[in-house]
Amino acid sequence: MKFDTPAGINPIDRMKVVGVAHDRVDGKFKTTGMAPYAYERHDVAPGQLYGFILGSAIAKGHIAAIHTTHAESAPGVRAVVTYANAGKLGKGSKNTANLLAGPEIEHYHQAVAIVVADTFEAARSAAALIDVDYVRGTGHFDLAAAAPTAPLHSEDKDKSKPAVLDRVGDFEAAFAAAPVTLDATYTTPDEAHAMMEPFATVASWSGDKLTVWTSNQMIAWAHDDLAQTLGIAKENLRVNSPFIGGGFGGKLFLRADAVMAALGAKAAGRPVKVAMTRPMMFNNSTHRPATIQRIRLGATRGGKLTSISHISTSGNLPDGSPETATAQTKLLYAAPNRLIGTRLAVLDLPEGNAMRAPGEASGLMALEIAMDEMAEKLGMDPVEFRIVNDTQEDPEKPGRLFSQRQLIRCLRDGAARFDWSARNPRPGNTRDGDQLIGLGVATAFRNNLNVTSGARVRLGHDGVVTVETDMTDIGTGSYTIIAQTAAEMMGVPLDRVVVRLGDSSFPVSAGSGGQFGAGSSTSGVYAACVKLREAIAQNLGVNSADAVFEDGHVRSGNRRVALADAVRGGEIVAEDTMHWGDLDKEYQQSTFGAHFVEVAVDAFTGEIRVRRMLAVCAAGRVLNPKTARSQVIGAMTMGVGGALMEELAVDTRFGFFVNHDLAGYEVPVHADIPHQEVIFLDEADDKVSPMKAKGIGELGLCGVAAAVANAVYNATGVRVRDYPITLDKHLEKLPALIQALTIRNVCEKAK
Amino acid sequence: MKAFTYERAKSPAAAAAAVAGQPGAKFLAGGTNLLDLMKLQIETPTHLVDVQDLKLDRIEPTADGGLRVGAFVSNTALAADARVRRDYAVLTRAIVAGASGQLRNKATTAGNLLQRTRCPYFYDTNQPCNKRRPGSGCAALGGYSRQLAVIGTSDACIATYPGDMAVALRVLDAGVETIDAHGAARTILLAEFHHSPGDTPHLETALAPGELITAVTLPPPVGGHHVYRKVRDRASYAFALVSVAAIIQPDGSGRVAFGGVAPKPWRSDAADAALPEGATAVTARAFADARPTADNKFKIALATRTLAATIAQARPA
Ligand SMILES: Cc1cc2nc3c(=O)[nH]c(=O)nc-3n(C[C@H](O)[C@H](O)[C@H](O)COP(=O)(O)OP(=O)(O)OC[C@H]3O[C@@H](n4cnc5c(N)ncnc54)[C@H](O)[C@@H]3O)c2cc1C
Ligand code: SF4
Repeated sequence: MKFDTPAGINPIDRMKVVGVAHDRVDGKFKTTGMAPYAYERHDVAPGQLYGFILGSAIAKGHIAAIHTTHAESAPGVRAVVTYANAGKLGKGSKNTANLLAGPEIEHYHQAVAIVVADTFEAARSAAALIDVDYVRGTGHFDLAAAAPTAPLHSEDKDKSKPAVLDRVGDFEAAFAAAPVTLDATYTTPDEAHAMMEPFATVASWSGDKLTVWTSNQMIAWAHDDLAQTLGIAKENLRVNSPFIGGGFGGKLFLRADAVMAALGAKAAGRPVKVAMTRPMMFNNSTHRPATIQRIRLGATRGGKLTSISHISTSGNLPDGSPETATAQTKLLYAAPNRLIGTRLAVLDLPEGNAMRAPGEASGLMALEIAMDEMAEKLGMDPVEFRIVNDTQEDPEKPGRLFSQRQLIRCLRDGAARFDWSARNPRPGNTRDGDQLIGLGVATAFRNNLNVTSGARVRLGHDGVVTVETDMTDIGTGSYTIIAQTAAEMMGVPLDRVVVRLGDSSFPVSAGSGGQFGAGSSTSGVYAACVKLREAIAQNLGVNSADAVFEDGHVRSGNRRVALADAVRGGEIVAEDTMHWGDLDKEYQQSTFGAHFVEVAVDAFTGEIRVRRMLAVCAAGRVLNPKTARSQVIGAMTMGVGGALMEELAVDTRFGFFVNHDLAGYEVPVHADIPHQEVIFLDEADDKVSPMKAKGIGELGLCGVAAAVANAVYNATGVRVRDYPITLDKHLEKLPALIQALTIRNVCEKAK
Repeated sequence: MKAFTYERAKSPAAAAAAVAGQPGAKFLAGGTNLLDLMKLQIETPTHLVDVQDLKLDRIEPTADGGLRVGAFVSNTALAADARVRRDYAVLTRAIVAGASGQLRNKATTAGNLLQRTRCPYFYDTNQPCNKRRPGSGCAALGGYSRQLAVIGTSDACIATYPGDMAVALRVLDAGVETIDAHGAARTILLAEFHHSPGDTPHLETALAPGELITAVTLPPPVGGHHVYRKVRDRASYAFALVSVAAIIQPDGSGRVAFGGVAPKPWRSDAADAALPEGATAVTARAFADARPTADNKFKIALATRTLAATIAQARPA
């Protein structure tokens, strides 16, 4: 099916199952331990051995020699694989660095060996006996040092064309003429996905056929890239990943666990199971790259933006891509003169790549502080300032409308709900005992993407509808919304639908990424269901256009036939793939929201704690308000982490992330997360898909950190432009009044 | 983790003899620190002597009106003890500010005292670290040192003692009772228990090889207002950037010890004496010899402000 004209009325609009807050259909399996994750697939292949991956001790250089004899002769060891005996390997098209190092080392903790043994303990202990002679090379690890000479990056596929800044109008002239301007630089640190489940794979060979039970968000990518890396035919590889303990983009790509497990299993002649240890999860994997972002805004005294410039610099390994932190700036606020671009420095840190809302998450961390600073300069309320600069058309291509854009409503509804009018516009002036109180707002913005997505649907003898697609559920609720979609389309209750996901033998879907998974994969299921309905109608000899599928029956005119009767002659299977036309070119398809945050800052210690959060989201039809809400509150939590604590600390001498465990890399704990409220505007966007739904999972993160930052500023009057906003960055600048009065009083009182 | 042997000792003297008698042997209590470090190959004991059967799990009054806390008393039990909550509240407050409920159920009094630093380079066996591999250098010097110590350090090591409980014990003038392989008992003042790193940062305490901690003693209660204030980047489940344990008397005098700033709980007589003059006077003395890094110099200002908050809490307007 091709979606190339706006959706008319269709069966989904009945919203009997879709749009209802159903519990997750996989919830009971997860809460009872019946949903096996990759490392728990004890049953799938008998005789599993354990693999332990050894990571490189240096960031850049090469291996002069690697001595494995002690490890090989250690008790219980079955095989040791390094570049020296792995055979020739390819590299996945989505990987920047090789997944097995040697002799060249591209980054710290890049895998240099796998030890396969009878037990995990034996493999781990033998790995410590591998002796590697490294020769250190010189690498570049310091983004701030590399930034001034970082070249412009071109998004053009044709690399022979010189990279240029994206220009609309005359930014320089407009900025110079603007009566009110802001020119500020913001930084965001490297961040880790820090998902609960580490990379894990069980690999088993049968002749030249390989099966991997793994944890991966994009089955088709893993399938392609593992076949390519190992140099095997795709037909000889099966990838299975039905349950995934979080990914946040960290599991978009083939990673070392799968490659090393496959190599270890081949060498040992037995199935091998591998989980990456937590301390290797930070340098072996991909991460969200740090950015340095310069933003310039020029406005009239009335608060109309006349000029916007946003230049972001990030780093990556050679041939890596930039963090596209300027993405939202192209589309978010009106201004006739614009100058936007990204620079990319070569760094020899681990590979940078997508993490939840790549681009916008980092970009809004900067842009939405800038908007707050500008509102203050203009003496405007930050909500009003955003509203004044809202637009219904693509600011770079006037006349090209948004498919649906209700940012103003998000801001206004949110402001009313949050009691925004109670905010004191003078920062550092609201107290609650020893706490400085502040309120902050930020816009949420994230593009909606559609990706080709297929599914197979089967109506069985028992009247049960089974959906098969290689879509994944990374904890988001894919199982549930896909079941809801099929139930709505086929007119059956939810418990008559079985959903099977995450297997490369199923039709290729969008996979989970870029907040395109829900909208795209359910559209694929929609397409397959349309085909199934046609086949059923044909079987029953009725016109499919007239057929109504409801309550487990097909009704056409006066005829009403039970679905089960349609399959008397044998089950009916239909498969289709949703392809996308040009509606996304005709209309800009984006999702919108507003985040409101209240913080308290301890006047003595500078500790920042979030008190209250509200998100108002406009993202088309909400397929399941419960799973959608879970996505948004999880994203808001991640935003608090990004605002206040998450940072991979770079050792710029040795070239690695130092705090590489969950004690060193802090993410919010329960005590950090207060009351969270989420509101979805009642929308249905007919230009995006037959589901009329857009992505939500990443929108919920976009802007959160800036709303926190703006609330902190409102509390303290100290503007911190470098994330995360830890107490040391404002401690000594906290309001003098408080230091002088409170602390002196207290000290004197103690006399 | 290296292969090791394991035994459960039946008496304190036998446990001490078992560890003293075998090079590379260590005591095992709750295991919440030791086992983690073994998995990372940072600790590589050849033999573990489990102390759980030694009946060191009681809290009992001492003749002088204080308390004796068995070495194997769990952090949870110690924090919850009614006598501790009444007379040594700073200790309860410090313990519950640490780790998590599950860990405190498992963690013991002696094990907690002996927990090792959280310096991230200590945790990465690829990096030079004088504490982990004497003579290999200190990667934290010139590296990422935001969490590390500002005072009491040396050119060989700038790691902190990371724990909370010991900071309260320091302000309470606690003692550490031990027994050695020959059955000889002694008491080490907490003030003398943790060593400064000097040239030998791997030697962390006054314990001799094989010397077993049997108890921690608390002197008779001193009254006053007991406060433990722990400052960190998130609300829970993190080690202190700075912590303050204070006992403040109605006349403004008192005692104060700082955590998260030094290789041991940090306290000095001069700083205590300045307490009536206020927080700035105290930290001016306590941190007079500080040698912070650019990453962690904020800890000194933070210590002052945290102490000011502590004083305010102890003496509300
Ligand atoms: C995730 C995490 C977070 C934490 N957060 C905090 C925190 O915020 N604040 C805090 O203070 N602590 C924290 N801790 C540390 C925790 O308090 C310690 O791990 C615990 O107290 C150690 O006690 P244990 O009984 O498990 O010791 P073990 O691990 O069994 O032993 C530790 C050491 O003590 C030695 N030892 C044990 N008993 C004796 C004895 N009787 N005599 C002589 N030597 C002995 C052992 O040989 C070993 O060297 C945290 C730990 C973890 C894992
Ligand atoms: S500060 Fe101490 S523990 Fe940390 S690396 Fe240096 S020597 Fe090791």
